[in-house]
Amino acid sequence: MHEVGIAQSILEIVEKEAAKNNATVVKKVKLIVGEFTGIVKEALEFALEIVKKNTIAENAEFEIEIVKLKTHCKHCNREFTNNKQAGFLCPECNGILSIVAGKELNIEYIDVD
Amino acid sequence: MHIIDVNSQILKENSRIAEENRKLFDEKGLYVVNIMSAPGAGKTSVLEATIKKIKDDYKISVIEGDLQTSIDADRIGALNISSYQIVTGTVCHLDARMIHNALHEFQQDGNDILFIENVGNLVCPADFELGEKLKVMVFSIVEGAEKPKKYPVMFHAVDVVLLNKIDLAPYSDIDIELLKKNVLEINPTATIFPVSCSTGEGIEEWVNWFKKKVNEDKNRNK
Ligand SMILES: Nc1nc2c(ncn2[C@@H]2O[C@H](COP(=O)(O)OP(=O)(O)OP(=O)(O)O)[C@@H](O)[C@H]2O)c(=O)[nH]1
Ligand SMILES: [Mg+2]
Ligand SMILES: [Zn+2]
Repeated sequence: MHEVGIAQSILEIVEKEAAKNNATVVKKVKLIVGEFTGIVKEALEFALEIVKKNTIAENAEFEIEIVKLKTHCKHCNREFTNNKQAGFLCPECNGILSIVAGKELNIEYIDVD
Repeated sequence: MHIIDVNSQILKENSRIAEENRKLFDEKGLYVVNIMSAPGAGKTSVLEATIKKIKDDYKISVIEGDLQTSIDADRIGALNISSYQIVTGTVCHLDARMIHNALHEFQQDGNDILFIENVGNLVCPADFELGEKLKVMVFSIVEGAEKPKKYPVMFHAVDVVLLNKIDLAPYSDIDIELLKKNVLEINPTATIFPVSCSTGEGIEEWVNWFKKKVNEDKNRNK
């Protein structure tokens, strides 16, 4: 359960960005979360509800976009949208797959007044 | 109303501090190892078994991360190795700042190896870089051969997987070859050692490999 810590880091960044832009209220925060991280979407939503209290984002909507795991094989140059259990060996040539998407933990944008 | 493009990594502050830690470790010629596992898989036991074999050759110290108590730090202290306890309270992992802060008090001058035992947790520690050189995962074989597929993130993040408690294999229905295969599917470049901290089986092989890694790193930094 490190979603609370992640939620706190999100709020810190949001508050900084809002202050930099002289915003008075944050209405929306768009988050990008890869499925190949230790983050559980529901737990993060729950943590954000708690952590946002008494901040400039108190009433903000937090939209979490989940990014599927995507891998690439250097040897045969194919890309795969894996399920998480499928492993990291290329099903075509047995090469080692590297992750090209699915490790994200990003704030994309905030919508402010 | 307007949209502000932030495009910021949530953990960028952790990455920044981890990078600072890494620089500091390199300056000091310190080889830093992050040991992770689910609770009770045998991190402290692996440390004890490893340290006993190498403590005459290297100056070693240990940082222990736990939710509560300093029991593990005391176990290391009993080997005459200096240890530092980080009590995380409710936080289920160590982060780069905790290590950075510990190093203010926990002097590393003249040391060769720093082991960091992470908080017992199969998910969270893998998301946090500490600035380490080597990531070691301890996995207790009795937890089942399918775990690499159920919890792939940590298995994928590490350099070494120690399959611990192989002395218990006869008492369980675990298929160790299947377990190895599953680890390698998730992490094809992982180095795997089956070990038992109770009987000492496999410890020699792991320790020899580890010493080679440490020495290679020392020579590179000379
Ligand atoms: N049979 C057997 N038991 C082991 C082995 N290694 C460790 N144990 C036992 O497993 C239990 C947990 O070992 P620890 O080394 O404390 O595990 P840990 O991962 O450090 O635990 P936490 O720090 O609490 O997460 C202890 O009772 C150990 O004696 C092993 O190889 N075989
Ligand atoms: Mg321990
Ligand atoms: Zn391929």
